[in-house]
Amino acid sequence: MSSVAKGVKSIEAVNDFVIKFANVNGTGSASANNLFAKSIFRMGIPMSPKNIFPSNIQGLPTWYEVRVSEKGYLGRRGGTDFMVSVNPQSMAKDVKEVSPGGYFLYDNTKPLDLRLHRDDINFIGIPLMQICMDEYKDARQRQLFKNMIYVGALAALLDIEFDVLTGLIADQFKGKEKLIAPNVHALELGFQYAKANFECPCSITVKRCDNVGDRILLDGNTACGLGAVYAGATVAGWYPITPSTSVIEGFEKYCKRMRIDPASGQKNYAIVQAEDELAAIGMVIGASWNGARAFTATSGPGVSLMSEFLGLAYFAEIPTVLIDVQRAGPSTGMPTRTQQSDIVAAAYASHGDTKHVLLFPSTPKDCFDMTAQAFDLAERLQTPVIMLTDLDLGMNDNLSEPLSWDDAREYDRGKVFNAEELEAMSERFGRYLDVDGDGIPYRTYPGTHPTKGSFFTRGTSRDEYAVYTEDGSEYVKNMERLLHKWETAKSYVPAPEIISVEGGKKVGLVHFGTSKDATLEAVDKLAEQGIAADSCRIKAFPFNHEVEDFIAEHDTVFVIEQNRDAQMRQLLVNECEINPKSLVKILHYDGMPITADTIVQRVKDVVQHDNVTPIKRAQ
Amino acid sequence: MSFFKPAFRHPELPTNELGFTKKNYEGSISTLCAGCGHDSISAAIVQSIFELSIPPHNIAKMSGIGCSSKTPTYFLGNSHGFNSVHGRMPSVATGANMANREMIYVGVSGDGDTASIGMGQFTHAVRRNLNMMYVVENNGCYGLTKGQDSATADVGSISKKGEPNPFEAIDLASVALQLGATFVARSFSGDKNQLIPLIKAAISHRGFALIDVISPCVTFNNNPGSTKNYEHVRDHLAATGTVDFVPMREEITADYGAGTAQEVTLHDGSVVHLQKADADLNVNDRRSALKLIKDYKAQDKILTGLLYMDADSQDCHETIGTSKKALRTLGESELCPGDKALQAINESLR
Repeated sequence: MSSVAKGVKSIEAVNDFVIKFANVNGTGSASANNLFAKSIFRMGIPMSPKNIFPSNIQGLPTWYEVRVSEKGYLGRRGGTDFMVSVNPQSMAKDVKEVSPGGYFLYDNTKPLDLRLHRDDINFIGIPLMQICMDEYKDARQRQLFKNMIYVGALAALLDIEFDVLTGLIADQFKGKEKLIAPNVHALELGFQYAKANFECPCSITVKRCDNVGDRILLDGNTACGLGAVYAGATVAGWYPITPSTSVIEGFEKYCKRMRIDPASGQKNYAIVQAEDELAAIGMVIGASWNGARAFTATSGPGVSLMSEFLGLAYFAEIPTVLIDVQRAGPSTGMPTRTQQSDIVAAAYASHGDTKHVLLFPSTPKDCFDMTAQAFDLAERLQTPVIMLTDLDLGMNDNLSEPLSWDDAREYDRGKVFNAEELEAMSERFGRYLDVDGDGIPYRTYPGTHPTKGSFFTRGTSRDEYAVYTEDGSEYVKNMERLLHKWETAKSYVPAPEIISVEGGKKVGLVHFGTSKDATLEAVDKLAEQGIAADSCRIKAFPFNHEVEDFIAEHDTVFVIEQNRDAQMRQLLVNECEINPKSLVKILHYDGMPITADTIVQRVKDVVQHDNVTPIKRAQ
Repeated sequence: MSFFKPAFRHPELPTNELGFTKKNYEGSISTLCAGCGHDSISAAIVQSIFELSIPPHNIAKMSGIGCSSKTPTYFLGNSHGFNSVHGRMPSVATGANMANREMIYVGVSGDGDTASIGMGQFTHAVRRNLNMMYVVENNGCYGLTKGQDSATADVGSISKKGEPNPFEAIDLASVALQLGATFVARSFSGDKNQLIPLIKAAISHRGFALIDVISPCVTFNNNPGSTKNYEHVRDHLAATGTVDFVPMREEITADYGAGTAQEVTLHDGSVVHLQKADADLNVNDRRSALKLIKDYKAQDKILTGLLYMDADSQDCHETIGTSKKALRTLGESELCPGDKALQAINESLR
C-alpha cells in the first residue's frame, strides 16, 4: 500500500530535514546507512548522523538518524520528516514518530497492518524482500542487498546524485573490485522501482551546495586515538567498555600504520589489554612514572574503578592521561546512550582531598588536539588529566574541521632532571621541593643516575625529599603546595571560547562538550525571537578567570548540560564561589543528545516570564 | 629495634665488579618488628644484587601495601621505588616494564597483597610472563591490621586469637604453575643459603619469576598452633635440594656429583645448578612440580627450593613484539608521523 497524506500538506524541504532509519541490529544496515549519509556529505551539504543503538549484538531495534542542514546546524533537531522503516519490531512506534506531512518508507512485501495507518503522512511501500527473493538466491545476499535497495530508492526520492553513490561504492570496495557491480546493481533496483512507482523526487530533497568546505567526517574516539599517536604515547593499558573501546582501537589502527620501526618491523608502542580498569590505569601510572607517555580510555564504570589509583597519581604526582567517553549512568545505566554525567566523579575522583584537571572537547578536531594537549598538561603539571568526551561525540561520525599538526611542535615533557643535571647538582635532590615557586616539583625517571636522584614513590605522606613522615605540618605543607599547583594549572589549561553578540551582556549561555552545536543553534533561534545571548564554551577545569568573568558580566546565566544534577553548575558554584541563584540550570538527560529547542524553550521561559506569580494554595 | 643506622663503614669494604660496596645497595633502616623474617629477605636481596654486580639504579622496586610492601624502603636506596596501592603492584610493574624493558624489576608483595586483594592482578602478570622477580613475603596473616588470617593460612592453623582458620589455603606456587609461570620457587626467610641463589636466578630469568618465601610474623603469627611459626616451618621444611647460581662469566668449578644434579642454562648463559634431594623432581616439568608440592603437603611438609623453570621462555615484550629500544627513549622523530601524513588522513575522511 502506498498512499499520500490527506488534508495535510506534505513537508517541503530542501537540504533541511531529519531522516531516520529503523533497522534490526546485526543485519548489515550500518554500512548502507553510512553510504547514504556520506553521499549527502559529498554533495557539499552539512549533515550529522547519529547511531541510536541497543546494548546488544544482534536482533534488537537500532536507529540511524541523519540531520541534513544546509545552514550547518549539526546538533540533534528532534522530530522525523522521513522514516525508513525496515524493522517490523519497531514499526508501530516508528510510524507514530513521523511529523505530519512526512514520509514513511516501508517494506510492503507483507501488507501494512491497517491499525498503523495514518492519514496525515505519506506511505511509500516498496517490496524490498520480494525484490531480493526474486533477484538473489543466497540468504545473506538477500539480507545485505535489501539495505542497498532502499538506499537506491532514496536516491530517486530525495534526488541524490547517483554518481556520488557509485563513487562511494568504488571507494569502499577498493581492492575488492568484483563487489562494486553487484552493489551498484542493488542500488539501481531500488532506484528504478521508486522511479516507476512514485513521483520522484518527493517534496523533501537534497541539492548540491558548497557548505561542507574542507571539513572531514570522523568520530571523536578515532580522533582521540590519532591524537595519542601524534602526542607520542607509547603505552596504552585498557579494558574494553562501550562507548570508549574505539579510542584504543583507533590508536592501534594508526600505530600499525605509522609506528612500526621500518628497520626491525618492531612496534614503537605497547598496547596491553588489562584484566580490568584498575589494572588499566595502574599500567598507565607505572609507565608514566617510568618516563613513557601512557594513557587509557574508559567510560563511567571504569572511572569509578580507577578512582583509588587517580588519588595516588594526584598525591604522588604522576602524569596520567585518561579519556572518559561518557555514557548514561549511574551503575550500568544506559550503556549505549549519551550523557555528560561523570563530571563531578572525574573532578574529585578518589577519597581524600583531590582535584583533577578536566578537558571538554566538542568536536573530533578538539578530540585530536586536546588528547595531544592532555599529555603536555599531564607531564607539565605532573597530575592526572581526564578528558571528558561522550558517546555522541565519540561513536558518531561528526563533521569536523580538518586535523593539523605543527611539525615544529615539541612535546612538553615537564620538569625532569636528567643524568647531567643530577651529576652537576651539589644539593640534595628533593622530589617534592617547590624549586620554582609554581607548586610543580622536579622529578627523575628511574635508572637515570647511579647514586643521585632516586626516590621512593608512595601514596603515603612524605616530606619534600620523599621520605615517609606523619608530621602534620609536613603533610599540610605538601597539600598546600598541591593547591598552589592547582592555581598554576589555571594558566596552562585552554581558555573558554566566548562568543559575544550584539546587544548581549544580559543573557549568557555556559556550555561545554557536545552541547555546543545545540547551544550555538539556540543562540541563532533566540536572536530571531529578539533575545540576544552570549555564549561561553568551557574547555577545561580548573576554570580560568575568563569563565568567572563571563558569569559575572551577565544578568542571567544559564548552564547547559546533559545530566540530572547540574554537575558543571555544582563545580562552578563550588570552585568559583558563585551564588547558586545566579546560575540557571538547563538540563537534558534522556540519553539522546540535547536539542536547540530544549535550550530555547527554557531560556524563553525564564527570560520572558520573570514575573510569574506563585500559585496560591487553598488554606 | 634500632632507630639509627651507623654512618660509618669500614674503609676497605669489599667491592663488586662495578666498584660498589654493599652499602651502595642498602636502604634506610627497617621499621618492621624486631626479628621479622621480611628483613632477612631484604638482606638477601641486597646481597644477591651486590654479588650480581647490577648497577643499583638499574633496578626498579615495586610493591603494593602491607608490611612486606614497606620493605623496598629498606633495601636498594639508590634505586627508584614505587609503593603503589593495595594489591595493584602487578599492573604498575606492567606499565613500568612496558615503558622501559632495559631495567630490572624487583617486586615485593605479601600474602594479603597477592593472594587476596591482588589475586586478579597477580594471575594476569603471571600469564603475561612479565619480566620481573616477584617475591611474596608469606606469613599467613595480616600484620599491619594486627593479625587476621590471610588466604594463605593453612586450614586449622591457629592464629594469635586462638581460633583455627576454617578455610582452604591458596598455594601461590601451585597457582602460578597452573597459570604457566616460567619460574617458580619457594623458600624460607630463615634460609639465606637457599634464598640468595634463588633470587639471583629469578633476577636473571627472562620472564615472570615467583619466589614464595615463607616469612613468619613474629608478632601475630608465631604462636604454637600456627603452621607459619618459625618452629613449625623449620621442622616441616623439605628442600628440593641445594641450589647454586653461577653467573655467565664464571666457570662452573664445583663438583656436583652425578646422578641427582640438574643444570639449567639461562638466556644470558648463567647456569642454575640444582643438587636434587628428590630424584622425582625435574625442574623443567611443570606437572612434576605440581605433583611434588601436593605430595609433600600430604605429608605435612613444605617443599622449598627451585620448583620449576623454563629458561627459554618469551617475556611479554617478545610476545607482543615491542621495539628492542626502551619505549621511553623514543622521541618526536620516531613517534610523531607529522603533518603530511595527517593531511593524507584528512583526505581519506572526505
